[in-house]
Amino acid sequence: MSFGVPFFPQEASSEAGHVDALFYTLLAFAVVLGLSLTGLVVGYAVKYRVGSPADRTGRRSRTMALEIAWTTASLIIAFIFFGWGAVLFVRREHPPADALEITGLGKQWMWEFRHPGGQREINELHVPVGKAVVVSLAAQDVIHSFYVPAFRIKQDAVPGRTTHIWFIATEPGRYHLFCAQYCGTQHSEMGGWVTVMAPEQYTSWLNGQGEGDTLAASGEKLFRALGCSGCHGAGSKVRAPVLEGIFGRPVALANQQTVIADERYLRDSILNPNKEIAAGYEPVMPSFDGLIDEGELQMLLAYLKSLSPRPSAGTKT
Amino acid sequence: MTSAMMPSTYLAEGSSPGAWLLTTDHKRVAWLYLVSLTAFFFLGGAMAVLMRVELATPAGDLVADDIYNRLFSLHGIIMVWFFLVPSIPATLGNFLLPLMIGARDLAFPRLNLASWYVFIFGSLFALFSVVAGGVDTGWTFYTPLSTLYANGFVSTAALGVFIVGFSTIMTGINFIVTVHTLRAPGLTWFRLPIFVWTLYATSLVMVLATPVLAASLILIVLERVFGIGIFNPDLGGDPLLFQHLFWFYSHPAVYIMILPGMGVVSEVLPCFSRRPLFGYKAVALSSMAIAVFGFLVWGHHMFVSGQSAYGSVIFSFLSFCVAIPSAIKVFNWSLTLRKGEISFETSMLYALFFLGLFTFGGLAGLFLAALAVDVHLHDTYFVIAHFHYIMVGGMVTAYMAGLHFWWPKLTGRMYSETAGRIAATVTFVGFNLTFFPQYMLGFDGMPRRYHTYPPEFQFWHVLSSAGAVVLAIGYLMPLFYLGSSLFRGARAPDNPWNATGLEWQTSSPPPPHNFETIPVVTRPAYAYDMKGLEHERFSPHRPAPP
Repeated sequence: MSFGVPFFPQEASSEAGHVDALFYTLLAFAVVLGLSLTGLVVGYAVKYRVGSPADRTGRRSRTMALEIAWTTASLIIAFIFFGWGAVLFVRREHPPADALEITGLGKQWMWEFRHPGGQREINELHVPVGKAVVVSLAAQDVIHSFYVPAFRIKQDAVPGRTTHIWFIATEPGRYHLFCAQYCGTQHSEMGGWVTVMAPEQYTSWLNGQGEGDTLAASGEKLFRALGCSGCHGAGSKVRAPVLEGIFGRPVALANQQTVIADERYLRDSILNPNKEIAAGYEPVMPSFDGLIDEGELQMLLAYLKSLSPRPSAGTKT
Repeated sequence: MTSAMMPSTYLAEGSSPGAWLLTTDHKRVAWLYLVSLTAFFFLGGAMAVLMRVELATPAGDLVADDIYNRLFSLHGIIMVWFFLVPSIPATLGNFLLPLMIGARDLAFPRLNLASWYVFIFGSLFALFSVVAGGVDTGWTFYTPLSTLYANGFVSTAALGVFIVGFSTIMTGINFIVTVHTLRAPGLTWFRLPIFVWTLYATSLVMVLATPVLAASLILIVLERVFGIGIFNPDLGGDPLLFQHLFWFYSHPAVYIMILPGMGVVSEVLPCFSRRPLFGYKAVALSSMAIAVFGFLVWGHHMFVSGQSAYGSVIFSFLSFCVAIPSAIKVFNWSLTLRKGEISFETSMLYALFFLGLFTFGGLAGLFLAALAVDVHLHDTYFVIAHFHYIMVGGMVTAYMAGLHFWWPKLTGRMYSETAGRIAATVTFVGFNLTFFPQYMLGFDGMPRRYHTYPPEFQFWHVLSSAGAVVLAIGYLMPLFYLGSSLFRGARAPDNPWNATGLEWQTSSPPPPHNFETIPVVTRPAYAYDMKGLEHERFSPHRPAPP
């Protein structure tokens, strides 16, 4: 950002350096190959211009050998770049187990974040430096995309499902947060800042946000208010699956299949309960589609997850 | 027509509106397309210039956000479906395909005229959407924005694109049948000019991919108008399903747009190098490889969409594979120049500029195919720069090369080479000034489709906006010198460039049925090094060899 003319974006996450290493290697390759070809074409154009004295004898060249040579060379180079990019990419699927989990909700035209302690912020995201952070993304209306250029990360938030993105911020500072997926009238206004703070500053920032319910506690209140506990709670007269410890566990379904109770399954079970009925239970649960918004759904999911003793970092999509 | 008379030309076959609007002559239908597509090109271009002027400053001061969103949406819709997809096939392809294979017309002349009427019918819907208030979904119509939240005339625009798709399919079928059935005696597949090969490959993609677009647009209209849940999760649909369907068409469509341009350049480079095309078979077959592989890479538009990560890995692998045939072509074009006798007529300049711009656009594609790098670059200006290098720097430049190369054949007139060379150079400079800064913007993290932006990006935006003005001048110039050549240009000889194709063996402009007698082909394409052409080398438009 020096001189007011950006040439190279800041690197502020653990992934940024890795991505840039591949980027600059690709850049070097592209510049060398592109300029060589340009040089070749310009060279030929000058040397063999009409009327030039250049030697044009021996015109037939061996095309087959050349074709095979450059096809093979292109393939090898392509596979190297493919493999390199893929190895870095697959890491996105495996956030560290001890990551701090923050929920992010995209809606026209703002980002709303909730920290595990229930602190809520709009178009601002405060995170500690050096600690893995997973952002669970949902979208209220249309597709949005969580993009922090300095971290080299981007993930769409898609209505009807939960997606994840994780990062470890390495440099304290303030970084642009953008919505990268076109989302309507004020798309370009939908963004803000990610503030990376030293861990102790982060803690005091959290404490300064006032006492509120944690996300899971808000979810628990909703769980009662919406009547979920009437069936799923202990001692209920209605036979409904017990939800303690369910997150991340396999669930046997009435149709003989088994699914893992990940966020996708829990979300669908709340909004569309007849889609996958747990084996041995009557399909009596009503749908909560339209009764709760994405933010409330995220609270419920946080509560259900908190009922499982060990936080699992399942990121199945 | 008796043989005693001077052979009349297709242009002399009547000039009443009826003689043009009811013609089934492929050469006249090509003109109908050429005029309509030129209008759309400048309409879409004007929108681009407005956007670039808006983006000269970080704040949104020229137009409001809703207007800006409509500008880029309509720019994309018009340029993709009403210019790029039909551009070379429907104009130059329509005119030249029968001439190049020694046929008297396309296989289905009436279908050809019908395709133009369908095109115009569809474009009326699109134009209605523009006039009535625009569309703000982007050209990609992503759901659920397009189905539930957009406040423009989405249904009519989508219907317009849907209808135009049928015109594309008609052209595709017509070309496929023509190439299979109407080749002149002796014109075997491996004697076909590469332009015919690329039109053939393009037609296959048109026929196979366009119905999927039609299906997905109809589903959008069904959901938007009747509330049937297909893409909307609240109704049990899946928004990503739309992206899969859309890109299943729209990625192959990228090859619909670029393949004919590759064909044009494969004609122009050998002609002005006086050399056979290097690696003819490799170039011909790589066109087919692109057409096939092009169907298998759509998921590379969706690496950060939430699709399966392992699906993304496979799509990345296939995307690298599809780069290989393009690389092969670039190498072969470059080596075609070797030991030639190169001259720099306007169309050759455009072809050389194509070679450079296509190379740098293609290389940028490697960045986007590499998964981890695409995560950063996806939906930024890097992507804009990449596909404009291919679509504008590649395709439109090739279109200009072809237009200048065959203009004497189309019109029977020569244009000013000096004006042409200046326009080509201005276009090249303007293009790079417009789009190279966008690579920098993208790497720095500037998202696309932004009406306003943080001030640190302004430097590159100002360069890009300045370039857009230069580029606009470069594209406006041919309108004047080609236009004036129609009335004041010198009469063109039958073969002004001493080229080898069959289209140059008939008169300029050609007679109504193309050939007095159907030619018999005895030579491979691009026989620029064979005896028999030597005596044709001198013409008023080329310097005599020393």
